[in-house]
Amino acid sequence: MTVQDSTPADTAGATVAKEATSHKKGKPALSEGKRAERRLGLWLCAPAFLVMIAVTGYPIVYSVWLSLQRYDLRFPAQQKFIGFDNYGAVLSNSYWWTAFGTTMFLTVVSVAIEFVLGMALALVMHRTLIGRGVVRTVALIPYGIVTVVAAFSWYYAWTPKTGYLANMLASDAAPLTDQWPSLFIIIGAEVWKTTPFMALLLMAGLALVPDDLLKAAAMDGATAWQRFTKVMLPVMKPAILVALLFRTLDAFRIFDNIFVLTNGAQDTGSVSMQTYNNLVKGLNLGIGSTMAVLIFITVAIIAFIFIKVFGTAAPGSDNGGKR
Amino acid sequence: MVMATVTTGRKVRWGLVDILVLVFALVPVLWVVSLSFKTKDTLTDGSFIPQEWTWQNYADIFKTSEFLLALVNSIGIAIISTVIAVVLGTMAAYAVARLEFPGKQLLVGLSLLIAMFPQVSLVTPLFNIERNLGLFDTWPGLILPYITFALPLSIYTLSAFFREIPWELEKAAKMDGATPAQAFRKVIAPLAAPGVFTTAILVFIFCWNDFLFAISLTSTTASRTVPAALSFFTGSSQFEDPTGQVCAAAVVITIPIIVFVLFFQRRIVAGLTSGAVKG
Repeated sequence: MTVQDSTPADTAGATVAKEATSHKKGKPALSEGKRAERRLGLWLCAPAFLVMIAVTGYPIVYSVWLSLQRYDLRFPAQQKFIGFDNYGAVLSNSYWWTAFGTTMFLTVVSVAIEFVLGMALALVMHRTLIGRGVVRTVALIPYGIVTVVAAFSWYYAWTPKTGYLANMLASDAAPLTDQWPSLFIIIGAEVWKTTPFMALLLMAGLALVPDDLLKAAAMDGATAWQRFTKVMLPVMKPAILVALLFRTLDAFRIFDNIFVLTNGAQDTGSVSMQTYNNLVKGLNLGIGSTMAVLIFITVAIIAFIFIKVFGTAAPGSDNGGKR
Repeated sequence: MVMATVTTGRKVRWGLVDILVLVFALVPVLWVVSLSFKTKDTLTDGSFIPQEWTWQNYADIFKTSEFLLALVNSIGIAIISTVIAVVLGTMAAYAVARLEFPGKQLLVGLSLLIAMFPQVSLVTPLFNIERNLGLFDTWPGLILPYITFALPLSIYTLSAFFREIPWELEKAAKMDGATPAQAFRKVIAPLAAPGVFTTAILVFIFCWNDFLFAISLTSTTASRTVPAALSFFTGSSQFEDPTGQVCAAAVVITIPIIVFVLFFQRRIVAGLTSGAVKG
């Protein structure tokens, strides 16, 4: 479509220029071809960039603004700038802290279990001698299935009389009406759904462990467990940290499973449930936005801890430099 | 020893482990399938396998406009979002993988931020913005956030695929007088098709799966997707226990996922592992 824009001569120039800059970096002597490349790069990225900024950037700023207002859709006339009062209201509210504690608990426990099971599943998918294709195919089903569908499966499994699991308990047991059994059922549902994703990320790390290294360790008399902890885990560390980071952030926004399983009853609601309920039932945009900002800050802190403290390489940060 | 030849004993052991994985992954799915085929009378017998089989639940849900409209919404919204996200993602990923330009790090960083972003933080502000713009409870009202959250996935996966494509061919095309744009269209695009297809599957699964936006940014059958509709499902008459019908609807929306997984297992695994972990 842009054949007429540039002659063969300056595209050849582009190739030469590219080679030249890759040898000595940071010389901004731009040839015509180089400029064309920059222009094309910007034009190709612009739509994606604009959509992402428009749909996330603006609402974030807007939600910070809303969080500083008294803004209840039921009483729109009382909208008023009130500074940090909403933050005070949320942070001194016991429901918020209960939801926060519940979310943290669910996140930590389910990610821990997922990590162990995911590692086991990754080893199976990577090393099994028979039926590797079948195992990988079947393991993808929990990953792909709609979370709400899976949640209904667990919900009905634990419903008294209807469910095959509930019937294994005492005949009058209704586990989804008690706090602790509910929490563990939520964790079970979450673990079932997301273990395959964790396993796939870990499997990518496993593929990086050189076979020779394992053989050499075995020759030197290392047991299977030693080979796992002393050889495989250190090599896999970057993959493990990325997998944990992504799953932790994802687990922190848990919503679908809780919505279907308990709808937040008996103090099983997460911070996402609180925010949603506040919007739909309370129609209080000021408080809702305050919670949104607080969740955003918490997630940012978690990501910061992973990246700074554990040294997780942010995926994409090395951006082509390694190859 | 690691070097030992494959013995029958080891095969059997791996076989048992494999079966364990199959049971783990399949039981909850089969349970929903089982419930969807149970008759009203046997629904509460607690047996894993239906004692009496019936198609009645499926017949019922396809008679209600509540489910049919939701299915149309789900399919339409997911396909439109996937197409747009993959087209925009392909353009951006090509630039990220192949071109030098200012702002590349910014785009990669922004994508990473959005991939980690808690979606619930957007629900309240988007609700109000969409209400004011008249986008609330419309298809575009859901498509826009879906595209946004699918873009990082699509940019990462695609740029990983694009890095695997041989440079030389593009260079050769440029030597022969093709512009960068032509090299993109005529040389790289056909080579990239498998990666683009894989990404489309992953993005589709993501949009198909969404519940939070679907339930917060819709209010009627005009745009409510199946996952959201399921949670409001009350059965064809209000005195009926909806369990069988919820399960039938759940099975229907699981079918595309099963098809993707069965036919494109290799691609999905490659797609999920390529973008996520490098070096």
